[in-house]
Amino acid sequence: MLAFTLRRAVQAIGVMFAVGIIAFSMFRFAGDPVNQIVSIDTSAAEREVVRKSLGLDDPVPVQFVRYFADAAQFKFGVSYQFRQPVSTLLMERMPATLELAVCATVFAMVFGILMGVYSALKRDTVLAKLFQAVSLVGISLPTFLIGILLIYLFAVTLGWLPSFGRGEVVKLGWWSTGLLTLSGLKALIMPSITLGLFQMTLIMRLVRAEMLEVLRTDYIRFARARGLTTRAIHFGHALKNTLIPVITVAGLQFGSVIAFSIITETVFQWPGMGLLFVQAVQNVDIPIMAAYLLMVSLIFVTINLVVDILYTVVDPRLRATVGRAT
Amino acid sequence: MTEPVLSVRDLRVEFASRRGTLRAIDGVSFDIAKGEVLGVVGESGAGKSVTGLSVIGLIDPPGRIAGGEIRLAGLRIDNLPPEEMRRIRGKRIGMIFQDPLTSLNPLYRVGDQIIETIRTHLNLSETAARRRAIDLLAEVGIPAPERRIDGYPHEFSGGMRQRVVIALAICAEPELIIADEPTTALDVSVQAQIISLIKRLGRDHGTAVMLVTHDMGVIAETSDRVAVMYAGRVAEIGPVQDVVRNPLHPYAKGLMGAIPTLAGDDKRLMQIPGSMPRLSAIPRGCSFNPRCAFAFDRCRVDRPEPLPRGAQSVACHLYDDVPTESAA
Repeated sequence: MLAFTLRRAVQAIGVMFAVGIIAFSMFRFAGDPVNQIVSIDTSAAEREVVRKSLGLDDPVPVQFVRYFADAAQFKFGVSYQFRQPVSTLLMERMPATLELAVCATVFAMVFGILMGVYSALKRDTVLAKLFQAVSLVGISLPTFLIGILLIYLFAVTLGWLPSFGRGEVVKLGWWSTGLLTLSGLKALIMPSITLGLFQMTLIMRLVRAEMLEVLRTDYIRFARARGLTTRAIHFGHALKNTLIPVITVAGLQFGSVIAFSIITETVFQWPGMGLLFVQAVQNVDIPIMAAYLLMVSLIFVTINLVVDILYTVVDPRLRATVGRAT
Repeated sequence: MTEPVLSVRDLRVEFASRRGTLRAIDGVSFDIAKGEVLGVVGESGAGKSVTGLSVIGLIDPPGRIAGGEIRLAGLRIDNLPPEEMRRIRGKRIGMIFQDPLTSLNPLYRVGDQIIETIRTHLNLSETAARRRAIDLLAEVGIPAPERRIDGYPHEFSGGMRQRVVIALAICAEPELIIADEPTTALDVSVQAQIISLIKRLGRDHGTAVMLVTHDMGVIAETSDRVAVMYAGRVAEIGPVQDVVRNPLHPYAKGLMGAIPTLAGDDKRLMQIPGSMPRLSAIPRGCSFNPRCAFAFDRCRVDRPEPLPRGAQSVACHLYDDVPTESAA
């Protein structure tokens, strides 16, 4: 188990190294960063001073090593547009994105699993068919359209929910949370649904398919032959066996929830990392873009690692059987 | 005579399909007494497993019991509400399936699965149920049960898993065990152990056993009586020695003739020409008539009903006009 975790951790570091190379090369290939910082009428001498102060005149390998060493300590340089350390900017924005992503994922898991189980067990009911139809909409409609439709319905027409922003936030140390105020919670609802809808339909369809598959297995038939209650069979035996693929998908999707939050954050003007990234792209603010790339891939890699470890918790067959096997 | 543990009368099971209703079981009747092992043999698709599943009430739609009755110790069980039937399953009727590798839920410890079943049917505390589970594992011959009870199914071999499955089937002391091909998926050496285990359990607890298999060797070793099924009907039923040594129905004769012996005679094994009819194309009259060497006109028109002949009972027109008493 420890060896397994270590091996995965080493692989994760390798992936991060590769992403670091890509992030670094953005500095080289996306034009001369000095031009982004200085104004048009800056003299060549002044440009050289800026170039030197940023270390952009050093040989490429030196710059790379320096960048990577800094990045490992969460120092990503200074934003060209905000003139502030990128790490400070990211840290300010991260709570907003993470809260949104977690809420969206919880929403997707809870409703996805409930609807999936229901539509597997009561396959022929009207409600189950409705779920299937809704899931088709959720999969095929683009995120921004869903967001705009929600805003139109609940913010503009009904006026129940705010159309943009996070509402009031409360500071807990460096973390700012919108979960503790009513306006913060209200502001979370629509972005979470928008962001989580696709994952929800995905999980629902997955749970439904897996559940139908598991219900056909011999051990479910044997469980029925043992006279167990329907509830124990469905929710004890069948559901647990469907959870492995669900954990995989939900885990991996959490990464893309964070990555896709760019669109949702733009639609709802949510002050998170995604919005920061979009602004950075518009202004060719490469330190922010590179740092965002690194952060998102770090989250992805971490989640993969956690998912791998979670498997072994759910499925005893994957656990190292040292000592118990005879 | 005491009431049989299981009494099946004129059972009919039908499957609704797109091309009409298929009758998988057509008028099957048999009894199993306390402590008796009834072997049910026949080719694949003869209706052996469906008979077993309909007794325990696990025929899945589109299948349904279309007629007849099933009585467990006098209580009619074929038309019970689902919840009452569930209480009977596992408590009064235990079932063992063919493949022990897939019969156990891979994510739960075997002990938890046994304890769960015990506590579903018996009012026992967690610790008492655990003690009982360990006793059961010991009884079915699992070494070091107090340790193995915390093992997961994948840590057991096929034969050991089938023992666990048997422990699960008998954990509430059922009156009847239905064993559906319990040894087919196992090694020959393990088969013998499992068979003698089922036999011993039946003897020790007075449990009636319905042993479904296509292996005549297993039947000959284990059963007290044997029912030969063909195309959803019982062709012949009787004490195992009689049916094995002196089969009456031409199909049963063919089956017995197809068993190789070690006696060294170099006779060719008998074969039954052709194959069993599909459910959608069961011939008129006796369903065996197209393959039967003795078939005559009546066999192609009239369906033979099972008639007693000595200790046996046979559904074949060849025996229609012979008085029952003179048969020996």
